[in-house]
Amino acid sequence: MLAKRIIPCLDVAGGRVVKGVHFVDLKDAGDPVELGGRYYREGADELVFLDITATVEERKTVVDWVKRVADSIFIPFTVGGGISTVAQVYDLLRAGADKVSINSAAVKNPELLGEASRAFGSQCIVLAVDAKWTGAGWKVFVSGGRIETARDALEWIRQGEELGVGEILLTSMDSDGTQEGYDLKLLGAVTASIRIPVIASGGAGSPEHLLEALRVGADAVLAASIFHYDRYSIAQVKDYLAENSIPVRRN
Amino acid sequence: MIVVIDYKAGNLYNVGNALKYLKAEFTVSGDPAVVSQADRVILPGVGSARAAMESLTEQGLVEVLQGLRVPFLGICLGLQLLFEVSDEDNTPCLGLLPGTVRRFNSSQVKVPHIGWNQVSGVAGQGSKRSERTIAPAVPQPSSKLFEGIPAESFFYFLHSYFAPVESPFTLGKTDYGDWFGSVVARENFYGVQFHPERSGEIGLKMLQNFLEVQSS
Repeated sequence: MLAKRIIPCLDVAGGRVVKGVHFVDLKDAGDPVELGGRYYREGADELVFLDITATVEERKTVVDWVKRVADSIFIPFTVGGGISTVAQVYDLLRAGADKVSINSAAVKNPELLGEASRAFGSQCIVLAVDAKWTGAGWKVFVSGGRIETARDALEWIRQGEELGVGEILLTSMDSDGTQEGYDLKLLGAVTASIRIPVIASGGAGSPEHLLEALRVGADAVLAASIFHYDRYSIAQVKDYLAENSIPVRRN
Repeated sequence: MIVVIDYKAGNLYNVGNALKYLKAEFTVSGDPAVVSQADRVILPGVGSARAAMESLTEQGLVEVLQGLRVPFLGICLGLQLLFEVSDEDNTPCLGLLPGTVRRFNSSQVKVPHIGWNQVSGVAGQGSKRSERTIAPAVPQPSSKLFEGIPAESFFYFLHSYFAPVESPFTLGKTDYGDWFGSVVARENFYGVQFHPERSGEIGLKMLQNFLEVQSS
C-alpha cells in the first residue's frame, strides 16, 4: 500500500539552514547536508529544501549544496525558491535534485510550468502555492508570502494541474508558523478539486496535526519546527500515525 | 566496467551517486562501442518514453541494448522501455518483453504515483494469466535482486505509466488502485519500476544485489 509521506522542510539562506516564523525572524539551525543526512537516517520519506536567499549572488551557491546533499542522502528531495527559468530547473535536476518546486515565477508566467513539465516530466515539477484566506476565498501570495495577487488559490492550483505539474506543495499563510495545525479547510478544498498529490504545509506543531491533515486527504505532510528542535523524532511521529491506521514506511 | 546509459535526458546523477557509495566503478556513456563492451549495464529512468527511444535510436543504441548478454537493469522508465510498446505517445520500445505499458487511470487514482510503496512476489510462476492476477501475493519476488531484503519493504516510486502484472516475466507486483508489474526479469534483463537509488538503505542493497548477479 502507498505510504503517506513525512517530509521535513529545511529553509536555506546563503547555504545554511534557517527556519522562518511567519517568514521572518530567522534562526540558524545548521548545515543542509548535515541536517538532511540526519533526517535521512531517522527515516524521513523525502526532504524539501526551500532556498530563501535574497540575493542573486548568494543563490549561485545553490547548485553546490544541492550536489553535496545528493552525494550523501538516498531519498528523494525537492529544491525550491526563486526558480524562474527552465534552465534553472535543468541545473538543479542535473545537480541531483529529484524535483523542483516553482512558486512566484509561475504566477507571473504560468507557461513556465508547462514548459518545465514537458521538458523534464510532470513527476519532477512541483507547484508551490502560498495561500491566504481573504474573506472571499483563498488568494495566492508570492515573494515569500509578502505580496498578495489577484489569483484565486483553488483556480490557480487547478490551472497548474492542467499545465502538467506533478504535485502541489500547499502552504497556508494563515497557519504557517503558528504550530496550531494545518489549515484543514483549505487542504480539504484543494484535495477535493484535483487529481494530483498534495503536500500539506504550514502550522504543524504536533503529531496530531499531521494526522488531521492526512485524514483530510493530504498525500504528504511537510513540517519543520517540530523536527528541527527535537520536539518529536520522525520515528515517534510515524509510530503515532501507524497506531492511527495511517500507512507509513517503517523500513 | 558498469555502464550507465546516458540518453541526454537529465538526472543520471543519482544512480551514479549510489554506485559511488557502493564503491562500484562505472562510466556514463551513450556510445554504442562503450556499451557493447560493458560487463553490466544500467538504463536509468528519465523523461518520456518517446524522447528516450528517439535518443537511443539517434545514438545507435537500440540494437546494442537488444543484443546484450550481460546483466542489464532498467530503472523506472528503463523498465518500461523493455516492453513492446508504451501508451505514452504510442511509442514502440525495445520489445524485449511482450506487452504494453499503460497509463494509470486518473479517475481511479492520483497520477503520478508518487511515494513509497511495497513490492510483493507473484504467485505461481508460469501459471495461466487468470490465475496470476487473482492468486494471493507472496511476500517477496523470487529474484536475486531481492536477496537479503525484508519482505514488504517500501521502495520509492515516481511514475505515471506502468507495466502489466499478467506477464510470465513479471516477478514482483505493487498495489496502486490495482496491481501493476513492478519487478520484471527475462534472462539477463532486469527491470524495477521504483528508484533503488532513492529508496534508502533497502534500495542500495538491491543495487548491490544487481552488481552481484552473474552473467549467464
